[in-house]
Amino acid sequence: MYGLGLIKGLGVTLKHFIESYLDDIRWLGRRYYREGALAERQGPNARGVFTIQYPEEKLPIPEEFRYIPFLVYEEGEDGDRELRCTSCGICPKVCPPQCIWITRSNDPKTGRPIPTPTNFFIDIDVCMNCGLCAEFCPFDAIKMDHDYELASYDRFTDHIFNKERLSKPLSYYQAIRPTNFAFEEAERAEKEAAKEAKRKAR
Amino acid sequence: MSGDNRQKTLNALVDRYPGMLELDAREGYEGYIISRERLIEFAQAIKDELGYDYLSSVTGVDYLPDEKIEVVYHAFRSDGGPALVFKVQTPRADASVPSLVSVFPGADFQEREAWDLLGIRFEGHPNLKRILMWEGFHGHPLRKDWEEPYFMESGKPFKNRWPEGDAVRSEEINPFKKNVQYPPEFSPDGWIPEADEALYSGMVQLGAKDSGNGRTLETDQILVNLGPQHPSTHGVFRMIVSLDGEEIADLQPVLGYLHRNHEKIGERNTYIMNMPFTDRLDYLASMGNNFGYALAVEKLMGIQPPERAEYIRVMMAELTRIVSHLFSIGTLLNDLGAFFTPMLYALTERELILDIFEAVTGSRMMCNYFRFGGVARDLPEGILGKVSELVTERLPRKIDELDTYLTDNEIVRSRCIGIGVLPREQALAYSAAGPVLRASGVDYDVRRAEPYSIYDRFDFDVIVRHNGDIYDRYLVRLEEMRQSLRILQQVVRDIPEGEIQTGKSQYQVRVPPGESYGRVENPKGELGFYLVSDGKPNPWRYHIRSPSFINLTSFGEICKGHKIADVVGILGSIDIVLGEVDR
Ligand code: SF4
Ligand code: SF4
Repeated sequence: MYGLGLIKGLGVTLKHFIESYLDDIRWLGRRYYREGALAERQGPNARGVFTIQYPEEKLPIPEEFRYIPFLVYEEGEDGDRELRCTSCGICPKVCPPQCIWITRSNDPKTGRPIPTPTNFFIDIDVCMNCGLCAEFCPFDAIKMDHDYELASYDRFTDHIFNKERLSKPLSYYQAIRPTNFAFEEAERAEKEAAKEAKRKAR
Repeated sequence: MSGDNRQKTLNALVDRYPGMLELDAREGYEGYIISRERLIEFAQAIKDELGYDYLSSVTGVDYLPDEKIEVVYHAFRSDGGPALVFKVQTPRADASVPSLVSVFPGADFQEREAWDLLGIRFEGHPNLKRILMWEGFHGHPLRKDWEEPYFMESGKPFKNRWPEGDAVRSEEINPFKKNVQYPPEFSPDGWIPEADEALYSGMVQLGAKDSGNGRTLETDQILVNLGPQHPSTHGVFRMIVSLDGEEIADLQPVLGYLHRNHEKIGERNTYIMNMPFTDRLDYLASMGNNFGYALAVEKLMGIQPPERAEYIRVMMAELTRIVSHLFSIGTLLNDLGAFFTPMLYALTERELILDIFEAVTGSRMMCNYFRFGGVARDLPEGILGKVSELVTERLPRKIDELDTYLTDNEIVRSRCIGIGVLPREQALAYSAAGPVLRASGVDYDVRRAEPYSIYDRFDFDVIVRHNGDIYDRYLVRLEEMRQSLRILQQVVRDIPEGEIQTGKSQYQVRVPPGESYGRVENPKGELGFYLVSDGKPNPWRYHIRSPSFINLTSFGEICKGHKIADVVGILGSIDIVLGEVDR
């Protein structure tokens, strides 16, 4: 019959339409703004309305999610920040759009280069969030962030992040990437132990 | 084919066409070098006598130190098998080779591109004009001695980033208005776009027409510009249409509005840096692009990813295919006027797959996940379960729902059946690829024709349909998603434990000199990466055979005679992504 296909199709739309209400009734009052609500609404068995109410609700961020990098610092005993970065130069060398700029200086007394960067810039307008810098840093010193709400009013002053702006504590890194953190710490501990054993053997 | 055998066949061809060609004996190179004068003869011969009826890729390489330019052709047989690579050399100062458009019409856009970017004149080309750059552009940017306005060094990494890096914006180095060069006698202020004259000159002119009632009615052709900013063009794409009433008399696509010279950037980059850049080609199928590029580089390096990485790659590529086809079907319906309901149903499923991408790769669209000899990181815990749930339960159900929703719909059928027909012979001749080719009755899928990675292990059908219209392209995509699900189910079942990277992932890879062509069956069609390495950290040549771009070659042809409203649908059914068309 001519028109049957149309009716069948409209049936699908109607089903979706009704389901969106049924679901609201089923989860009455608990459909939004609740722990686990999103998992249900967007899970594999989801029906009905699928959208989220940003910014009141936000998509959960998986651990691997990457946005603009940051520099990890450890807190020293007297509370000062010790950047892990040794300004080895690998990340500016691997960065595809070349948006990392590192200034390194020499110790005035010995003339040897100081391992910590004097300054560290990332032009976040240019950064393509590829994550290569974090992937290839041998010191786990630069990591990809989870904070994606970076809109600002002035791109000329606010969009070149300097060392200050880029630094975040190790505890923050641990909080956003627990699995990676645990894995890396274990690896470090192992290396330390191996070094220690070697020293003892000597 | 074993090495010896292959060598024999290669030699046989030299014997068969004496004086026409010689083996390319350079280290790491393959194929033949054809004499310039006999190129057309040779192309005709391999097409008629040897069955190489599909000219996949045409591009050029500027060998600056040798003062030579080489045009490289990759031809395939439509019943499968490896490429026949042949090349023509021409002096750099006066680069010109005969055009192959008369033998392979699919060379049309590609030759124009090579003219535009490399300055190779193709004698006998019917319409040799710039295609990606504009008319006021000075020079040919892919020539090795051409330097861009923000030029710093011929290869990354740039020295001023470390150890004495102090951030400067490009705008400051190179202020606005000083950042362009014009041809000598060109004044940008006095320039009147020759667009109207030049662009329209090639179009069909309509004369007086018999109105059928005994008197002759003078009718005029109307030129209509669709785009570049037009919602139906999926980006910034422009078509000039000449109309006879509501019917298309002629149509010309105008490209390049999103051109950023990806290939030049690629030649400045190191090998690894190109990986995230490939994401931005067909941005709906980023991991398909990663795949092609990784294959090309791995061929040069002579490495293979471990088993588990191969499975992960196939899994990602097939999920990507589903994502892209969903999007394509959604937008097609948008283009047909079913505004956004089908699209959003499709996008819902896409979101669920993107969630998986995000958890595995860190990004929903710009995945940057493949590395040379493996993938960037292993699957996080619990992801395989999620994928399995999706591909065995939800997606099959949802694809069926989409099927019920659209396939029998009388409006969809009457808008799609018999519209934009691309017959089999034309599809091959125009080097169409992917669903467009298969909907025209050509049983060609790179995954079958020349299996890469581990595709030879999986059970799946190549979907072929025979009418070559919008409807068949839609059906091919729908059915291909089901086949992808089949592959995915096998992947989840069989994926082994183990390493995900051969050797250690390096930020500076050593790539031996030579050339390679890596091709994959991307959702839009055959995506090829042609690489030439000279052993340095940056590729000497980095070319992309982009399916969206080449699929457009026949676009004007198949629109002729249809109503203007159908053009939008036909474009939707070709399924282009401007990031890849314009590069
Ligand atoms: S790679 Fe790591 S240690 Fe080296 S300069 Fe970059 S952040 Fe610092
Ligand atoms: S994420 Fe990529 S683009 Fe951004 S700073 Fe790191 S390497 Fe550069």
